[in-house]
Amino acid sequence: MDTKTHISVRNLNVHYKESHALRNINIDIPDKKITVILGPSGCGKSTLLKCFNRLIDTVEDVKVTGQVLVDGEDLFSPDAEVTHIRKKMGLLSQRPVPLPMSIYDNVAYGPRLHGLRKRAALDAIVEKHLKMASLWDEVEGRLHEPASKLSIGQQQRLCLARGLAVGPEIILGDEPTSALDPKSSRHIEQRFLELKNEYTIVIVTHILRQAKRLADYVVFLYLGELIEHGPAQEMFENPKEEMTREYMKGIIS
Amino acid sequence: MKKFDMRKLEENFFKILMIGSCVIVTGSLALILWSILRRGLPAMSLDMVSSVPKGGFYMGGEGGILNAIVGSLLLASGASVLAFLLSLPVSIGLNVYLRRGSRLASFARFSLDVLNGVPSIVYGAFGFALMLFFGLKASLLAGIITVALLILPIMCRAMDEVFQMVPKDMMDVSHSLGATRLQAALSVLTRQALPGITTAILISFGRGIGDAASVLFTAGYSDNLPSSVLSPVASLPLAIFFQLGTPVPEVQDRAYASALILTTMILLLSIGARVASRKLSRNIIK
Amino acid sequence: MPEGRLIADKMAKCLTVFLVGAAGVVLFLIGIGLLVKAEPILGAKSLGDLLFSSNWRPFRGEFGFFPFIMGTAWVTAVAVVLAVPFSVLTALYLSEYAHRRIRAVAAPMVDLLAGIPSVVFGIWGVLAVVPMVRSLAMDVFGIPCTGYSVLTAGIVLALMVCPIVIHVTLEVLRAVPNDVRDVSLALGATKWQTTKLVVLRKALPGIGAAVIMGVSRAFGETMAVLMVAGNVVRAPDSLFSPAYPLPALIANNYGEMLSIPMYDAALMLAALMLFVVVVVFNAAAKLVLQHLAKGVQ
Repeated sequence: MDTKTHISVRNLNVHYKESHALRNINIDIPDKKITVILGPSGCGKSTLLKCFNRLIDTVEDVKVTGQVLVDGEDLFSPDAEVTHIRKKMGLLSQRPVPLPMSIYDNVAYGPRLHGLRKRAALDAIVEKHLKMASLWDEVEGRLHEPASKLSIGQQQRLCLARGLAVGPEIILGDEPTSALDPKSSRHIEQRFLELKNEYTIVIVTHILRQAKRLADYVVFLYLGELIEHGPAQEMFENPKEEMTREYMKGIIS
Repeated sequence: MKKFDMRKLEENFFKILMIGSCVIVTGSLALILWSILRRGLPAMSLDMVSSVPKGGFYMGGEGGILNAIVGSLLLASGASVLAFLLSLPVSIGLNVYLRRGSRLASFARFSLDVLNGVPSIVYGAFGFALMLFFGLKASLLAGIITVALLILPIMCRAMDEVFQMVPKDMMDVSHSLGATRLQAALSVLTRQALPGITTAILISFGRGIGDAASVLFTAGYSDNLPSSVLSPVASLPLAIFFQLGTPVPEVQDRAYASALILTTMILLLSIGARVASRKLSRNIIK
Repeated sequence: MPEGRLIADKMAKCLTVFLVGAAGVVLFLIGIGLLVKAEPILGAKSLGDLLFSSNWRPFRGEFGFFPFIMGTAWVTAVAVVLAVPFSVLTALYLSEYAHRRIRAVAAPMVDLLAGIPSVVFGIWGVLAVVPMVRSLAMDVFGIPCTGYSVLTAGIVLALMVCPIVIHVTLEVLRAVPNDVRDVSLALGATKWQTTKLVVLRKALPGIGAAVIMGVSRAFGETMAVLMVAGNVVRAPDSLFSPAYPLPALIANNYGEMLSIPMYDAALMLAALMLFVVVVVFNAAAKLVLQHLAKGVQ
């Protein structure tokens, strides 16, 4: 298997006020594949994701040691420019969070942040990414309506379009379909499968079946520790660790 | 790289503006307290707080502002008691006897909130109208009623908020043990809300003691301690005002000393409110 | 025996519900009371005459409120223009940028500022602001000025208005959910861009409400303006001219109220004017805040 690494995590430790949320994590996330991070609630999956786009910075009283290397550069080095890092990462959160503006402005928000002003260019970007999220057909005529008017499934696709519009290399998904109905969930999963050809995708989920549908590579976390990781097929059918086996069988959840 | 510098520049510019504003606002507090202290402290004396104005006080004569200190304390205490006697039932009514979404409750709360912003001079004018209506003269009683009206909305809403924060389950437990609503209210609700109630009373007291416009027409003024509820009574804010109005510098200095006394009282009340709130939280469930 | 407490309960219910109703009605009672007392003058003169005439000669029965209305308007305007930027910036800083410990110190200080009585602001105004404005006018601009002016009152009032605008704005900012901020940051925005483009946008109606409440406070303030505004019966024409706001009018003249015919009705009318404006403003602000709290965008 041609496993070029996109993200390298080295000795990552995250301490919240009293708890040791991530303990000595060492993984290599493969390039242009879907990596699924599995584990029971509270195991540190979201924390790990927050480290990738440095949203961990916004949490109070947190201490991070170790390295997260993307294309060889450490995200946590003191010279690292945080807004550039975040631009490389697109985040799809658990509950769709539309910004308080129109559909158009939501998608254009990112490009505008980074300096793009020309109307024609913005129009093109909005259209392109709404199409990528397969939302274009449903909103074509009403781009200037408030985003809050969309259904929850549509909002999540809007968030996907918005995240893609900044031109990331890596897409992060924090339980991206857990708030959606089955049809919308399927929609989002489809998009991920299509997008993996161009982006590295890291998804956190606790839905085993979703993981089986999407994953190329699986990482299993338990109580902040990396228990096991490997190609999807191996992890699902023949895991090496006892705990992984129990989780896959649905015993621990 | 150029665009990027612009962003940083804008951010730093506004950061400076924001920090500057914060400094100015909090600095003003310090400045005001400092000015009062600087000019008022030298003019302070034991006499100021222990005797009433003797003849010619406002022209530089002997005496102090005991009349105003006692007067203000009486006015504020009387008003707080009166307001409390009305606020407690209203808050209990709002939270225990009326349903959550009741129209009457929303109406009353809205009304009280709006009343909260009504200027004290309006209360003073209304109080004066009431006085004339009931044939009262400018007196301690009239002042108490007017100040009570002034602080009623504050106390009511503060108490109401505290009661609202009491978890519903607590009341449910009480009811399922067979208590009537009144019993639950008096035994559980008020105990859980005790720190909040105390804070509400102290805040209202502080508001009442510092207000001038409401007592201007209604409490009158006197150089002596009030002999009964129907006699006119002095108040600190007015004492300050009158002393400032004279051309004699010593008297003006005493005005600053009086302001220092009033401000100190209010600051102590503020701090006292916070401390009391913490101390009384012993029994409550968080 | 059990009957006793059940009766007590029923009585308590009647009493408290009645008092709740009374609390709701007090607002109207005050309005009606003032209206009744102001009726004589409203009947005798036309509203236009009262509001727009500048003839204030109570001895002759002439009551033109224009100078006082203008005085109030000017002083309030200056106070709000000064207070709003500082207040909103302070609230933004405390809410979005300040370290938790700084906020813990600054927020109580703002609340303390809110508790300082009007007279003390007034006395400080006389002590510190009046001389400053006097020298500003005379030395810098060459305009004759006693120091008791619109600007002085505006500055003192601005400090009195700041705490309430800051308090309400802080609450509104706190209500903006964190995930919207996170989303903006995740897209690569700087903290300031997030604050400017997303947080402020969501909080704007609430900030508007805060400003309205601030205006309301400035409008009705009595003691402080009484001491520093100058109290000259003439509509102000510059920042350095003296003003005679409505509350000061009422406070200064209550002594003569009963000796001149219709004077008491006139002052009650002034109180009524203040009452109506403040109630309308506050009600509007409350409605906006309630609307926001329901989660409508």
